Amino acid sequence: MSGQSFRIRDKGRIDRSKPVRFTFDGKSYEGFEGDTLASALIANGVHLIGRSFKYHRPRGILAAGSEEPNALIQLGGGNKSEPNLRATQIEIFDGLEAASQNRWPCLKFDVGAVNSVFHRLFPAGFYYKTFMWPASLWLKYEHVIRHAAGLGKAPPDRDPDRYEKVHAHADVLIVGGGPAGLAAALAAGKTGARVILADETADWGGSLLSESDCEIDGKEPARWVEESVAELEAMPEVTLVKRCTITGYYDHNYLTGLERVSDHLGAAPEHTPRQRLWKIRAKRVVLATGALERPLVFTDNDRPGVMLSSAVRTYVNRYGVLPGRKTVIFTNNDDAYRTALALEDAHGRVAAIVDVRTSVTGPLADAVRAKGITVYENHGIVSVQGTQKVTSVEVMQLDANGTGVTGTAKSVNCDLIAMSGGWNPTVHLFSQSKGKLTWDTEMAAFIPGTASQALASTGACNGTMGLADSLKEGLKLGAEAAREAGHKGRAPAAPKATEPEQGGLRPLWITPGKAKLGRKGKHFVDFQNDVTAADVQLAAREGYRSVEHLKRYTTTGMGTDQGKTSNVNALAILSDVLASDIPAVGTTTFRPPYTPATIGAYTGRNVGKLFEPVRKTRIDEWARANGAKFEHVGQWMRAWYFPKQGETFRQAIDREVKAVRDGCGILDASTLGKIDIQGPDAAEFLNRIYTNAWLKLGVGRCRYGLMLKEDGMVMDDGVTTCIGENHYHMTTTTGGAANVLSWLEEWHQTEWPDLKVFFSSVTEQWSVVAINGPKSRAVLQKLCEDVDFSAEAFPFMAMKEGTVAGIPARLYRISFTGELSFEINVPARYGLALWEALMEAGKEFDITPYGTETMHVLRAEKGFIIVGQETDGTVNPLDLGMDWIVSKKKPDFVGKRSLERESMASPDRKQLVGLLTEDPQTVLPEGGHVVEKLKPEPPMEMLGHVTSSYYSPNCGRSIAMALIKGGHARHGQTLHVPLEDKVVKVTVTEPRFFDLEGERIDG
Amino acid sequence: MLHITCPWCGPRDDNEFHYGGEAHILRPAAPEKLSDGEWAEYLFLKQNAKGPFLERWSHSAGCRQWFNVVRNTATDEIIEIYPMGELPKSPEGIKAYEGNWRRQSAAEKNAKAGVSGT
Repeated sequence: MSGQSFRIRDKGRIDRSKPVRFTFDGKSYEGFEGDTLASALIANGVHLIGRSFKYHRPRGILAAGSEEPNALIQLGGGNKSEPNLRATQIEIFDGLEAASQNRWPCLKFDVGAVNSVFHRLFPAGFYYKTFMWPASLWLKYEHVIRHAAGLGKAPPDRDPDRYEKVHAHADVLIVGGGPAGLAAALAAGKTGARVILADETADWGGSLLSESDCEIDGKEPARWVEESVAELEAMPEVTLVKRCTITGYYDHNYLTGLERVSDHLGAAPEHTPRQRLWKIRAKRVVLATGALERPLVFTDNDRPGVMLSSAVRTYVNRYGVLPGRKTVIFTNNDDAYRTALALEDAHGRVAAIVDVRTSVTGPLADAVRAKGITVYENHGIVSVQGTQKVTSVEVMQLDANGTGVTGTAKSVNCDLIAMSGGWNPTVHLFSQSKGKLTWDTEMAAFIPGTASQALASTGACNGTMGLADSLKEGLKLGAEAAREAGHKGRAPAAPKATEPEQGGLRPLWITPGKAKLGRKGKHFVDFQNDVTAADVQLAAREGYRSVEHLKRYTTTGMGTDQGKTSNVNALAILSDVLASDIPAVGTTTFRPPYTPATIGAYTGRNVGKLFEPVRKTRIDEWARANGAKFEHVGQWMRAWYFPKQGETFRQAIDREVKAVRDGCGILDASTLGKIDIQGPDAAEFLNRIYTNAWLKLGVGRCRYGLMLKEDGMVMDDGVTTCIGENHYHMTTTTGGAANVLSWLEEWHQTEWPDLKVFFSSVTEQWSVVAINGPKSRAVLQKLCEDVDFSAEAFPFMAMKEGTVAGIPARLYRISFTGELSFEINVPARYGLALWEALMEAGKEFDITPYGTETMHVLRAEKGFIIVGQETDGTVNPLDLGMDWIVSKKKPDFVGKRSLERESMASPDRKQLVGLLTEDPQTVLPEGGHVVEKLKPEPPMEMLGHVTSSYYSPNCGRSIAMALIKGGHARHGQTLHVPLEDKVVKVTVTEPRFFDLEGERIDG
Repeated sequence: MLHITCPWCGPRDDNEFHYGGEAHILRPAAPEKLSDGEWAEYLFLKQNAKGPFLERWSHSAGCRQWFNVVRNTATDEIIEIYPMGELPKSPEGIKAYEGNWRRQSAAEKNAKAGVSGT
């Protein structure tokens, strides 16, 4: 037992044959398998665990479960490091490295503790009052404040651990594996229902593992737990998940759980994730989440050595450690008397019980008195001595209404204060499910009221505090839930359970001290956020009368524990100041997650390459092998440009752009969105969707179309071809393909279901290679014998079917460059073969592969827009100077009525223009703002912005397009583009720069 | 996460679906006969209901079909699911449909004058 001097010889569920070594703040300690970090530290007599958030006060362990506000730990090092873990939940393993947080330079001597000395300077809302003026300095203040007041540190780099997700469906999900939850699972499981039982701890049994004074069917409770779990494990439809916190309760009985699969092992075994996120859809939910004990609000109630009474019992009975050798119990109810008896049973001395109730009777009080323990009735603790560990307390008698003290103070030596202020049912999940809470006056706590989802609450979380009642209720509600989920069966008979009988409590929300509240010591309400009773009262006096405002102003109930131990105390104190009922004041909203959850678990395997699917064309491997640089276009990876050895970006683009206009260029255009449209009403449908006329498009002819939203703004564009009678092939922008298909489906299904037309995405079914340039006809002719390529036989905007390099193909004579151009569509799997055949055939013409960048330059030279670059959802066809494509004759099309609004043709709208820089070598940055009246510094009135900008080797200068207020009337004007380091003078022109007469289209 | 029963595919999580906003907004048959204000009512004004609300959903990551839903916006309870082109049959749905200001709007009268059905 080296060092573990607070270990109790004959108690606890730890495995004494398996010692575990770990370090805390660099010092080595020993515990046993089954210990939490908290219990192991207590075994070694370590009680100073951290410094508080604001005042840097020394803090110890308050609780034994996930509600712990004080004992926050940074676990592990490097990128595996995790901050703000509760020592009470960390299962120790060999080699565990734990460190305290929020202390500098060390835990025992902390410089920040001066905050505590100057506490008068830190009232409620301190940050808001002090640092918000002047506003410009807030960033600087914040930097210092964040350093001084913080919790743990985030790891520096990527999380190296693996996380998984599981989707589960249950007839009945039961949350909490204590007596009520186990009973519910047994009853539901016996009906054959598919049951999931989850508990956040490592052991089944919940509160039963902490008790030594009750029996179930004449057995020790732990025995009943073992038998029940064995019975559940034998049921094929029952899934038991330990170490799984149900963190969120969402709509339609959808719950999430975080299972800590291998955190307790140190390193994850092979093929095992660190944590697993459960996404559970349950027909019925049974909440059996227990209750959390409330602290009492008394002077300096935050000192290390002040602990919740039930936590003391847990440490004694479950972990076999003694949190103190001499204990003062401070309570307002009978439950704490069980702690006194448990301590006595474990050879821990109880110095006194201080009870705020005026007269204490009943079997528990009798048993305690029989042990010779002094009970101070109608007394309170008025001071606590010892800053780093409690050494003694002073107790005084309460006055008639409990707001002051009378008589003389009695000093009692002790090293532990076990306090109990009653119980708060753990209603977090119930509340998240949008259930309404009601106030139970007898318990002085919120309990579940009206549910709004298919759920039931049982046991302590339902306000059912007795063991026998909890078991009975759990069995009944478990069976009921299974029946509601469609199974048959009745609740089994409830086992016989005995436990000490308890009386009522006296809610005394503030224990008065010797001085006025806020003087000589602090009454802490929220330990994690250092909020005192005086802060809550001050906030209320300053007008923060809503509990939601109080929360944000004082920060009570915030932080990693979200006020699990503090919320009811805070709002009781608030309601007292407001002279209002607690239920009328209400609670703040409970939000997921119940306890902090690792973001990695929500991400699961969707990281790195699995973050988003990457779409590749069939020609991708050729481009890769030939040195292409790539860019993301939506989910697609597209070849960006093909640099030759030693070429810069600009040199490569200039070469590619010239090659297309001088000879022949080849582009992989497979990513273009393609939609196959068929049906007798296909033409009518297109006529309603596009702005131009579609009823008379002949077979084998192509037409460019513009789609508007119903508000008249440009949505997408592309070429659609009539393949045959009632059969069309639509192309869309690469990024817009999915949206356009959805758009067509929506109009068809919801507005014009009478039209007989069908849509299929065929983007992935076709590989598309575009060859552009005066020599493209010559290249293609070499590979294709069954198509007449003469300009007369195969005019611009026509489509022919033929065979290219032996591959059946559709050839479209359309052009995004202004050059003679063919887009060759072949079944997707022939894409690479087609590409290679064209490259071979084009060798003698110096065929040049090019990517998206050259495509953009070439189209910009011609002034062709790109939807999403020249448009942003606020640009209409008139703004783009594209009124030529908007039918005046059609009675209607999507967007027509909106486009007819007067303001849509307003000369003041932002309109598309070209910009030529004064120095032809200067290339404007896209996004640059254009101004008319130049000032020495911003703000200046902005006319618009540059949408596209390139160097054009064919024009021998830079070119740009821009959306400019009143742009169409500004041709010839000189404007300015102010940049960070210079101002560029520009002349407004038509947004077309090359081949203005369109003479190149026939080659 | 809502659990929505697609009329074609059965109950699925809502991340398979695409929300389509208010249902039963009829597109005017003769838009040119509407003033800018009346057209804007059709195009931009939406009911902001607390309680039963008629809305459209499409099973975008499934069968891609659109359908109508009566959902209580305060509780997220799904009261009724019915096909496009039909009217709700549940009492809540009927009440929400008939009580909607749009039934009296110029845009809806314009639509009904031009086309049959709903």
